[in-house]
Amino acid sequence: MSAPIFEAAWLVPALPLLGAAILLFAGKRMSKAAGGLATVMMAGSFSVGLWIFFELLSMPAAERLHTSTLYTFIKAGTFEVALDYRIDPLSVLMILVVTGVGSLIHLYSIGYMRGDERESRFFAYMNLFAFSMLLLVMANNMLIMYVGWELVGLSSYLLIGFWFERPAASTAAKKAFITNRVGDVGFALGIMLIFVHFGTLDFSRVLSEAGALGTGAATAIALLLFAGAAGKSAQIPLHVWLPDAMEGPTPVSALIHAATMVTAGVYMVGRAHPIFAQSPVAMDVVAWIGLATALLAAFIAFTQDDIKRVLAYSTVSQLGFMFLALGVGATSAAIFHLFTHAFFKALMFLGAGSVMHGSNDETDITKMGGLGRAMPWTAATFVIGWFAIIGVPGFSGFFSKDQILAGVYGSGGTILWVGALVATFGTGFYMSRLVFLTFFGPSRAPEGVRAHESPAVMVWPLALLAVAAAGAGWFGATVHGGGFHRFVAPSVCAAHDPAHVAEQPRVQTCTVDAATGEVHPLEREGGAGELVLGSVATAAGVAGLGAAGFMYLGGFPWQRRRERPTLVWKASRNKFFVDEVYQFLFTGVGKAVAATAAFVVDRRVIDGTVSRLAHGVGALSVVGRKLQTGMVRTYAVGVLGGVVALGVLLVARAR
Amino acid sequence: MILPAQYLALAGLLFATGVVGVLARRNAIVMFMSIELMLNAVNLTLVTFARMHGNLDGQVLAFFVMIVAAAEAVVGLALIVSIFRRTKSVSVDDAGELRG
Amino acid sequence: MEQWIFWIVAPISLGSAIAMLMARNTVHAAMLLVVNFFTLAVFYVVQNADFLAAVQVIVYAGAIMVLFLFVIMLIGDKDEDLTERIKGQRTTALLLGFGLAALTVFTIRTALSTAEFRGLAEASKGGNVEAIGRAIFTRYLWPFEVTSLLLIVAAIAAIVIGRRSTSDDEEIEPEPSDSPAPIAAAPVAEPRDGRA
Repeated sequence: MSAPIFEAAWLVPALPLLGAAILLFAGKRMSKAAGGLATVMMAGSFSVGLWIFFELLSMPAAERLHTSTLYTFIKAGTFEVALDYRIDPLSVLMILVVTGVGSLIHLYSIGYMRGDERESRFFAYMNLFAFSMLLLVMANNMLIMYVGWELVGLSSYLLIGFWFERPAASTAAKKAFITNRVGDVGFALGIMLIFVHFGTLDFSRVLSEAGALGTGAATAIALLLFAGAAGKSAQIPLHVWLPDAMEGPTPVSALIHAATMVTAGVYMVGRAHPIFAQSPVAMDVVAWIGLATALLAAFIAFTQDDIKRVLAYSTVSQLGFMFLALGVGATSAAIFHLFTHAFFKALMFLGAGSVMHGSNDETDITKMGGLGRAMPWTAATFVIGWFAIIGVPGFSGFFSKDQILAGVYGSGGTILWVGALVATFGTGFYMSRLVFLTFFGPSRAPEGVRAHESPAVMVWPLALLAVAAAGAGWFGATVHGGGFHRFVAPSVCAAHDPAHVAEQPRVQTCTVDAATGEVHPLEREGGAGELVLGSVATAAGVAGLGAAGFMYLGGFPWQRRRERPTLVWKASRNKFFVDEVYQFLFTGVGKAVAATAAFVVDRRVIDGTVSRLAHGVGALSVVGRKLQTGMVRTYAVGVLGGVVALGVLLVARAR
Repeated sequence: MILPAQYLALAGLLFATGVVGVLARRNAIVMFMSIELMLNAVNLTLVTFARMHGNLDGQVLAFFVMIVAAAEAVVGLALIVSIFRRTKSVSVDDAGELRG
Repeated sequence: MEQWIFWIVAPISLGSAIAMLMARNTVHAAMLLVVNFFTLAVFYVVQNADFLAAVQVIVYAGAIMVLFLFVIMLIGDKDEDLTERIKGQRTTALLLGFGLAALTVFTIRTALSTAEFRGLAEASKGGNVEAIGRAIFTRYLWPFEVTSLLLIVAAIAAIVIGRRSTSDDEEIEPEPSDSPAPIAAAPVAEPRDGRA
């Protein structure tokens, strides 16, 4: 079933691509209008996306799928890959998130990047990124998705290292790219394995035939794909690049490292859920790594003083939650959390940018305080984001996080659920700490620094995002009945028979409502009641808030405590020394191997052999020279000796 | 009955003596004389074989050997005299220009 | 009868050869070699090589050895110092000599111990000289002519080499040596060291 707009869906990625091309080539001449052009392109994509969305809504649920091939560009025997796109609820949702949040961030950047000498280049890269991300989410086969995946990594590199004159920025960009690439190797291998088993890379066929996959093959493919997702979405052990990526401009952090690029991994695993569902081992790996990452990142965030770093670790932690949900089969809940997280995290990042902008580029929260009075709009919107993330009832994060926890509990993973509760407490604690230290209390700013509110062009996006962060949760208030879940379910379900739920607790199962034809994901809360679970989760978050309030609002001498740091504090502060371990393992050991190869193998063994050979020849010649005595009589002896020897030889042979 | 082997053995011994003379003496003239001794030993062998085969070819060959030996002696002695005039020495060990 | 001659003359032959080796005085060495040549002439006669015996005495003993004596006269017959300067040379020489002798004797014993003389009675029809003459001028004419040429060339060569040309005759710094000082009109100089 297709509407005319579907045929024009290629406009969605094409508009930002056009914007990027124009700005790359003609950017120098139009630096004033660069931001405007880029934002207009994004808004245009958003409009097309919105149109497609409404068209999709007007269609019955079972028919919400459209694919279209633009150009077949690889045809090698049985291997055929075309540039084709897929319009289904999940991809349309992602389009809306990317273009919607993206447009707001572009608008915000007009104010933030004003006066920068490479302003148009910035917007070119932002549009390039939007194009790449849209390519990724609209792809209908794994190869095009991989192309988008890599392009997104490239855009991230360009944007993190945008102020490349700062060595910290260019190093962070390299770190991000390289860590991504490590994961991408796994991803590429996974794609190859998919081709081996399915004979095609097309989603329509792969996803529908996934049920026939054997457990071993499914495990291999799933784990390899997850490796790629771990790299892109900063899960353990490839999480190290995201905190350092904060060296880039704040809008970059908001767009790429909160709302969109890092969620590509979640999107990919969600898309491939039918494959993952065939492998309980892979699902376990995903869930446990997600939980571990959520806990680790939260713990590190307890002691970080850089406002953007706290938010970065918060992102890593929330991504961990999403992977935890994916790992227990609550795919729809994971996507919902992706959706709400995009709003409140982008909001908080832009808010942090506003704080920095208004405090003379200060990022250390120990030097802030009481900014709520100086920057009321920023503070108010930030508080809304804060409520959302810690799960204050009614705000968006409350619903999505509760559904994740319910899904974990309902799948039977009690330890996972307890761990998730601890992580929720942690989230409440570190976010509250951030808010209290930054916006409340007395001002600890150095003398002469006066904070001020940011210009309107920066505040308006904050306000819009705050509305979204507050209200978006109501779309998916309940898993069973919420419109969001009903919309997305057909894209993520791997099983359709509710009778088998008990046997397959980790598979996202959906039911089809016979009457309306609507598809609902099955809600699983193990019978304890949605209300009880929700209360427990909320209590954990509020407990975290309370602890932070006690420590940072109530006269607790936290500054003096720092002078004698405990081991635990130091471990948290230094990110558990993971970077140092990697440095030792990869550069240290690598350098040792290289030094051995250069100085021992190359110099002593190879060069030594060659020179020893030469010396040997020289030594031989010294010996040989002794034959040349110049004395006739010795030569005569030689001649006659030879004659005698020959004679003996001949006689002996004749015998 | 006399056997050819006797003459031949004697010739061999004479030849060996000539060899030792060439190797063991330093004086060029004495070395040369040893060479003449070797040539004569060979002549004896040739004559013995001629008689053994009943053929005069051996004797003819021995005749030619003598002629050539004479020519060689002439030239060689002239050389020795010439070298002696330059270097005032007939010691073969002094001619070390071939040393490597 | 012949055995008697053989066993008397052979020791003289061998003895004179060995004595020649060990002679200190060059003239003594030459004389001993002449003795050797005479013994060989005796053997030639015994073996029906009359012509050759004559040639041996006339050419070898008479001409060549006289030539040697002339040269000794030119060069000087001071007694030679018989110490061997090259290490191991004398031992090697003796060893090689013995080896060679053993080899030859051994070969002769194994290969020719039973061979017998056929005799030249038939070949020397008309006398040995005539027979050799016949052979030389018919079968071996070509080598004969060539060797004549060789003799002429050798004579010319000897004259050319032996010529005293004043530009070649440099005064060389003398070093002590065991070589005898010249008697003839060569420039008086100290002998050179016999070092290589």
